[in-house]
Amino acid sequence: MLNIGQIEEGFVLDHIRAGESLDIYYKLGLDKIDNTVAIIKNVRSDKMGKKDILKVECDVEMLDLEVLGFIDHNITVNVVKGGKIVEKKRLTLPKEIVNVIKCKNPRCITSIEQELPHIFVLTDPKHEVYRCKYCEEKAVKRI
Amino acid sequence: MRHLMSPLDFTVKELDTLFNLASDIEKHPGKYAHVCDGKKLATCFYEPSTRTRLSFEAAMLNLGGSVLGFSEASSSSAAKGESVSDTIRVISCYADICAIRHPKEGAPMVAASKSLIPVINAGDGGHQHPTQTLTDLLTIRSLHGNLNGFTIGLCGDLKFGRTVHSLIRALLRYNNIHFVFISPEELRIPDYIIDELNEQNATYEEVIKLDDVIGKLDILYMTRVQRERFFNEEDYVRLKDFYILTKEKMDMAKKSCIVLHPLPRVNEISVEVDDDPRACYFKQAQYGVYVRMALIMTLLGLEG
Repeated sequence: MLNIGQIEEGFVLDHIRAGESLDIYYKLGLDKIDNTVAIIKNVRSDKMGKKDILKVECDVEMLDLEVLGFIDHNITVNVVKGGKIVEKKRLTLPKEIVNVIKCKNPRCITSIEQELPHIFVLTDPKHEVYRCKYCEEKAVKRI
Repeated sequence: MRHLMSPLDFTVKELDTLFNLASDIEKHPGKYAHVCDGKKLATCFYEPSTRTRLSFEAAMLNLGGSVLGFSEASSSSAAKGESVSDTIRVISCYADICAIRHPKEGAPMVAASKSLIPVINAGDGGHQHPTQTLTDLLTIRSLHGNLNGFTIGLCGDLKFGRTVHSLIRALLRYNNIHFVFISPEELRIPDYIIDELNEQNATYEEVIKLDDVIGKLDILYMTRVQRERFFNEEDYVRLKDFYILTKEKMDMAKKSCIVLHPLPRVNEISVEVDDDPRACYFKQAQYGVYVRMALIMTLLGLEG
């Protein structure tokens, strides 16, 4: 059994699909901050079989979790304060995501103009379809 | 400030106003001969397109304005590595309105986001070519009488043709239109367009032979079937004649049927059809000038 300590303030991201925690680590920009982060992979789960968990010790205002709604809105976001879970956030699909994924269309203007932000817009909420703002290419969610 | 990036940027009501203006320009060209006096149109064409560029230039000249620009990327600062954003900022200092064609999809949108003047998308790769769609709609409206209640056959390469996809989407906003898709299996209309038709409860059918359906069409929209789109030569040879419009095929069409084509034509419409009064593809090119005149006036906020 592996023991990882409690956090005083921050987030516990639970029910991450097994193997995706590292992607989320980078997409949330956790590699760029100097806080304590625990990446727990392949945890046994009754619901999912296997799952990943991310624990981040930080000010709760510090992270923009909107992008998680794009990655997987089934992830459970537990907000921790004073060592206790004070809120479970529901994730929704963001209307627009900026510089989270890149447009893969070689004919897109973003392929030649490097300074342009890669913007994807939610065009079909029912089927969770995002399209490039410039060329309308469908987003490929997983990297 | 208003730009035109996609044919759906304008509501049906706004399109009606635009087409009314275009029709008035057609009837009374003299009334509009000086509405753009002192105004300049910049045509920024990063890839060659004689017809579209000349159509824009003719439109501006007909309105009394003048034109400047470039017709290929090698004669612009793009060859030195200048970004579209920088180019349009500079062009904004020289002209009052800009038509931009670019091989990269979304380039006109980038230009519009930085521009101080209205920007018209004159074609961006395989993505959008809104003024072609406006031309098609104005032609149908003018020659058929309105944009509701007809059977339109779209024939040829329905898989890769952006003109066809764009026209279908634009027509889906009108009522009682029956679509007939005529193409070889390899070039049939993409599933995502079919999904859109189903979502809007539009009626449609897909056939392989033009002969089977030509008699019921009010409008026949021809496109080019390119040899290189086929997987093998045998299929091309077997199918190519199905998609060549000949005098014999026209004999099977309604007397009121109108034949359109975005041009350039190669061999998909036999030249003998050109003399048939139902062949309207050259009139369509003329409507392209009227609709661009109306568009320039609308985006510049000018009245006749």
